[in-house]
Amino acid sequence: MNFTFRRKRITGVLVVVPENERSFAAEMKNFNFPEARSLKLKEVMGFDKRRVVEPGVCVSDLVVFGLEHLFASDLLKREEIDALLLFTQTPDHFVPPTSNIIQGRLGLKQDMLCLDISQACAGFVIGLMQAFMLLEQESIKKVVLVNADVLSRKASPKDRNIYPLIGDAASIVVVERDTEDSIIQADLKMDGSRAGALTIPAGGLRQPSTMETGILEDVGDNNLRAKDHLFMDGAAIFNFVQTEVPPLMEGLLARTGVSKDEVDYFLCHQPNRFMLQKLAEKMKIPYDKMPNNVVEHFGNNSGVSIPTVIAYNLANRLLQERVRVCLAGFGAGLTWGAMLLNLGPLSFNAIIEHK
Amino acid sequence: MKSVIEILKEIRPEFDFAASSDFIADGLLDSFDMVTLVSALDKNYGISIPGTDIVPEHFLNRETIEALLRKCGAQP
Repeated sequence: MNFTFRRKRITGVLVVVPENERSFAAEMKNFNFPEARSLKLKEVMGFDKRRVVEPGVCVSDLVVFGLEHLFASDLLKREEIDALLLFTQTPDHFVPPTSNIIQGRLGLKQDMLCLDISQACAGFVIGLMQAFMLLEQESIKKVVLVNADVLSRKASPKDRNIYPLIGDAASIVVVERDTEDSIIQADLKMDGSRAGALTIPAGGLRQPSTMETGILEDVGDNNLRAKDHLFMDGAAIFNFVQTEVPPLMEGLLARTGVSKDEVDYFLCHQPNRFMLQKLAEKMKIPYDKMPNNVVEHFGNNSGVSIPTVIAYNLANRLLQERVRVCLAGFGAGLTWGAMLLNLGPLSFNAIIEHK
Repeated sequence: MKSVIEILKEIRPEFDFAASSDFIADGLLDSFDMVTLVSALDKNYGISIPGTDIVPEHFLNRETIEALLRKCGAQP
């Protein structure tokens, strides 16, 4: 599905990461694999440091911390927020929406929209699309797009498929109308028939959490996982990304008549270094135009990964300059989306630690 | 340049790859080993095995791996 948006722009990016840093080397002993094999995997996949929340820390805690930082720094005013969009797979509660909780904790005005949407690794691209659509309303001048997840709380410490790559984080991205006649193009696809490739089997109403769903099971590949834990069919997800994402991005470029050389950066979701290097190789894009360094510093932080790529790699440049970027998010659903837009100059673009 | 069997032995030194005709079914390689193997093969032969070719059927035994390498322009 194709989308076109006009006169919209991102004006600020803030990423909040937990202060708590874990290292793959220290955690290797938790996994039921020889250390030599895990070290080879570390080298290839880029596993090293990651940021995870302390027990009990929820999505709203990270987001409130980040928004209070922006208020205190005079980078955003409470009363300016007309819509708060929260994209998460790990809400504080089923009811009420976590975006309402954030609104209440921060004392934001009542004359605004709070909305939770369940999306993960493609959630930044879809979130921007939602923000752009809301900005068609005269009453909405500033949208705060939040992507946030604390998936480490749903990962089994005995599952080497998931645990060493998960990072927690929140991003706060301000989206507004552009005074210039800018055009943003996006393509989006979904395939719910493959939803089981990335799922948390228990904990919803289809299979409520019980004593049994919390028991670690040997799932046949030397990993232990409970039904309450996040499951990823790594081989299926890898194949999905390699098969679906390059034609999506190349199709978007072809549709808009933009060459790869005319794109300054391809900013993708950050599952691991190897997967991104293979994407770059397939698309014949130099590694430095498709950064892959988020996992090694922060872990795979779900829908926050694209804002993290932006803030980590282009922090100062985007305060001064405008660059053309192609974004690509892909993951649970299955969902995959790409977006071509100009980015910058931004009024803020930074990473801070939640303490 | 190392042979395919030499590279396999570096990844899983505890196994006799020459004695197996199905590395996956015999439990000699899992999906993460395949990733490690592809990275090693890319470096050893100076190629880039496409991500879409990283599927079990290309890693069943020495013959299928060598066929994949030839498809990617290498001379195993």
